[in-house]
Amino acid sequence: MILRGKVWVLGDHINTDVIIPAKYKFRTGDFKELAKHVFEDLDPTLASKISKGDIVVAGRNFGMGSSREHAPRVIKEAGISAIVACSFARIFFRNAINVGLPVIEVKDVNKHFKEGDIAVIDLEKGIVKNETTGVELKFSPYPEFIMNIMRAGGLAVYRKRVQQIS
Amino acid sequence: MGETIIQKLFRNRLGRPVKPGEIVVVDIDLAYAHDGTGPLAIDAFNELGSSKVYDPSRIRFVIDHASPSPNEGASNLQLKLRKFAKENNIKVYEVGEGICHQVIPENENLKPGMMIVGADSHTVTLGAFSLFATGIGSTDFAEVMTSGKLWFKVPEAMKVSLTGKLKPGVMSKDLILRIIGDVGADGATYMSVEFQGDGVKTLSMASRMTVCNMVVEMGAKNGIFPLDEITLKHVDASGLKDKSIFKPDENADYAVSLNYKLDELEPVVAAPHNVDNVKPVKELEGLEVNQVFIGSCTNGREEDFEIAARILSKKGVKKGVRCIAIPASRKVFLNLLRNGIIDKLVSAGCTVTHSTCGPCLGVHFGILGSGEVAVSTSNRNFKGRMGNPESSIYLASPATAAASATEGVITDPRKFVEGW
Ligand code: SF4
Repeated sequence: MILRGKVWVLGDHINTDVIIPAKYKFRTGDFKELAKHVFEDLDPTLASKISKGDIVVAGRNFGMGSSREHAPRVIKEAGISAIVACSFARIFFRNAINVGLPVIEVKDVNKHFKEGDIAVIDLEKGIVKNETTGVELKFSPYPEFIMNIMRAGGLAVYRKRVQQIS
Repeated sequence: MGETIIQKLFRNRLGRPVKPGEIVVVDIDLAYAHDGTGPLAIDAFNELGSSKVYDPSRIRFVIDHASPSPNEGASNLQLKLRKFAKENNIKVYEVGEGICHQVIPENENLKPGMMIVGADSHTVTLGAFSLFATGIGSTDFAEVMTSGKLWFKVPEAMKVSLTGKLKPGVMSKDLILRIIGDVGADGATYMSVEFQGDGVKTLSMASRMTVCNMVVEMGAKNGIFPLDEITLKHVDASGLKDKSIFKPDENADYAVSLNYKLDELEPVVAAPHNVDNVKPVKELEGLEVNQVFIGSCTNGREEDFEIAARILSKKGVKKGVRCIAIPASRKVFLNLLRNGIIDKLVSAGCTVTHSTCGPCLGVHFGILGSGEVAVSTSNRNFKGRMGNPESSIYLASPATAAASATEGVITDPRKFVEGW
């Protein structure tokens, strides 16, 4: 699975309240609507600038805070195809896998990208490349069962397929 | 190599030893979701293609986050939760009964060593009862509703040894804020945080819940207190065969070990906008405060309001300051009514409401204005957490919060407790 997209660079400790403020979650369950507010408290203009396939590069502890699965779902709905960060908060990481949003841990990745660079991620080989600068970084690929969830686009589709086979 | 507590709990459940990093699948004894995460869990349940809840007697819903509903969107999401619960025979704790992490331990038959998950990150609170409890997302919750099981990576562990006893005016909130300040917001990522040492027995169950509640703010998977006489007053240990599982082996392999002398701790706050931005109250004394919130799943129990009332009944809430007090459950509310604490709080000038998450997450009841400063006894001070990204939140103990409400500026509570 290869992903290619324009990069948005975010900082350390991006928390679930800035990914999607709780107040919106209690107004609607419509993800198209919620996606308009993604990262709003960080930068109110960001949501409108994201295009489909873009990639987020971030620092440490991405997704810390609440268990709201709205967070990875809203990011995915907004068009982000993957997040590469130095590290992730555990519930966010797990939720992202479940909803089929690739989340990849790469040490010091934020030092190698700036806004607007093009990133190419090879999930099977475990390589993130900055096409703009030529820098290549390695990570350990997902175990096969997680890779299968990713290929299916989330646990739900994956589970349905497995059920159909068995 | 010996075992940490979390290794012992998983061994006890699986009947074989486990190592950190290993993936295990375990039966879930109890799972709860609330009005913020439950509706999405129902969508996920449908997405998974599931039609029947595996064992409804192990599932609970709690309507606590936007409670009672502030708008029609929330009302409809709550209707969806109630409808699903009715169709599937799931018990619902309704509006006003209280915050999930308080209501569940008050009403459910907790047993030491249980495996509990909640679709809320502060499910870790329940580790105070010597059990494994962790927060999960909605798809994982749907998986538990479908199969009754969930996979986990056996975590590494952090040992926190406590000695001594807290001084008057210093609370367990100051301890956990101090720890988070020391290790940072990702200092315990993926870990089981295990509290040990003589100091543990000086902490009440409510104080232990405050400590466990906030381990997630340093990234932990769970927190756990040992089983002792205090725990035994709150849990059903009748079926417990092996009490040694709540003590780590001498040679257990802890990734991190920390020691705290409780009598050396002082009141602290977490300054905006991160929970690990911890400073002694002394350093911030004099900063003007517009709103004080005493409540939440972190600090909304009897002892929290008792100390607040004691401090506030001297001079009352300073004119111009809003002080909102919200008991964490109806039961806590009733206890406080009966022992006269509510009377003292209301007489002091507090706005006391029914039990709800309310101002904690900025949905309703106390959204801050731009440029305003709040002192809150809750667990998160992220930008915008209380509904306005232009405001500032200082997290503190109920003692510090009450002292600040009475002075109108951030205040060290110890000057109010002389002679206690
Ligand atoms: S009181 Fe706050 S932290 Fe606790 S469950 Fe409610 S919203 Fe979450």
